[in-house]
Amino acid sequence: MSNIIYNLFDREVHPPYLSPEYKSTILRAPTMPLIPLKQSLSELSGPIFGDFNLGEFDNDLTKNALKNGEPLGERIVVHGKVMDENGRPIPHTLIEIWQANAAGRYIHKVDQHAAPLDPNFLGAGRCMTDKDGNYKFYTIKPGAYPWGNHPNAWRPNHIHFSLFGSNITNRLVTQMYFPGDPLLQYDPIFLGVPPKGRELLISSFDLSITEPSFALGYRFDFVLRGNNATPFENL
Amino acid sequence: MLQTPSQTVGPYFAYGLTPEQYLYDFKSLVGNRLVSPLEHPNAITISGKVFDGEHNVIPDAMLEIWQNDGNNQLFGRFGTGTDAENRFVFHTVKPTSVDAQAPYLTVILFMRGQLIHSYTRIYFSDESELNEKDEVLNSIPKERRNTLIAQKKSLTYEFNIYMQGENETVFFEI
Repeated sequence: MSNIIYNLFDREVHPPYLSPEYKSTILRAPTMPLIPLKQSLSELSGPIFGDFNLGEFDNDLTKNALKNGEPLGERIVVHGKVMDENGRPIPHTLIEIWQANAAGRYIHKVDQHAAPLDPNFLGAGRCMTDKDGNYKFYTIKPGAYPWGNHPNAWRPNHIHFSLFGSNITNRLVTQMYFPGDPLLQYDPIFLGVPPKGRELLISSFDLSITEPSFALGYRFDFVLRGNNATPFENL
Repeated sequence: MLQTPSQTVGPYFAYGLTPEQYLYDFKSLVGNRLVSPLEHPNAITISGKVFDGEHNVIPDAMLEIWQNDGNNQLFGRFGTGTDAENRFVFHTVKPTSVDAQAPYLTVILFMRGQLIHSYTRIYFSDESELNEKDEVLNSIPKERRNTLIAQKKSLTYEFNIYMQGENETVFFEI
């Protein structure tokens, strides 16, 4: 194990700290070069969430906050696989998600957008990947919403994802977008990603998991940092 | 295969990632008590603030702490939006030295305005002997080393994070 080294962030696909079109980066981006660090026990390990008892509806945002009815909006099912760069699945890892409701409003107290809250929708969920690295959520398609970055700024529809992977070098927080969204071309958060990486953040419509008379399906796979160990030839 | 790019955690992470701390009706998987202070006589408390380039306290950052000294594997998470002074606070035990290196905690830092998270470390001011010999600390220009050392006050350690400026915290490429 001591000779396994995890790849660094691929800076050709990840956004930089400073991305001035996204104004909040200007005072929050570190300015000094990062200090390289030899990976040690701490970096080659990470929290294991296998022992947690997830709630019955933690992966079903259409059911995990019901008060007096069903949430409004378009039901969707989002699924995919979590892999490393060699294509090896990452099983039993925690995925957490949060999002706006169908009207484009977050339940978060700081969100002041004048769109309605949905009493039957929280917008938070989580699940573990299975032994083959697969995950699945049921939710409501989130709405677009305005924000204060620049005049007439709107965030494209998106779902926030947080993933752990097999150790802390794999940690990833990102956002999943929807295909064909006209707001993507104007969004400085999405455009903060170098061109080579942008398509990787757009889910694909997936008729094969679309559930008849119930929910539209989208597929979104994740690739986390891999290591220098030789990939299995038969995968 | 290409790595999936990072995106910011944004301002609205709290009800998904730290729901109980922010009083949302959703169970938290982790919090800021890596150990219960009542059950560990050696428990320590670490608190501090995160500052932006104009020296304003950042009220919507989220910190994760990971420590592994071979005996204890501990993880915690806390947002800076609930304390009256926008501090973070963690209760844990000090890790032991591994391979003669100074003990430390790993910090993973997320916030609106960071499109990708950053990594730093918390070392301890009362471990000066090990700190002075530590390989990682010695790889850092001397004038910046102190940004990684939590200062022991009477009962707690204080660790402030400066995103920019004269005292900009050291962040690592790991």
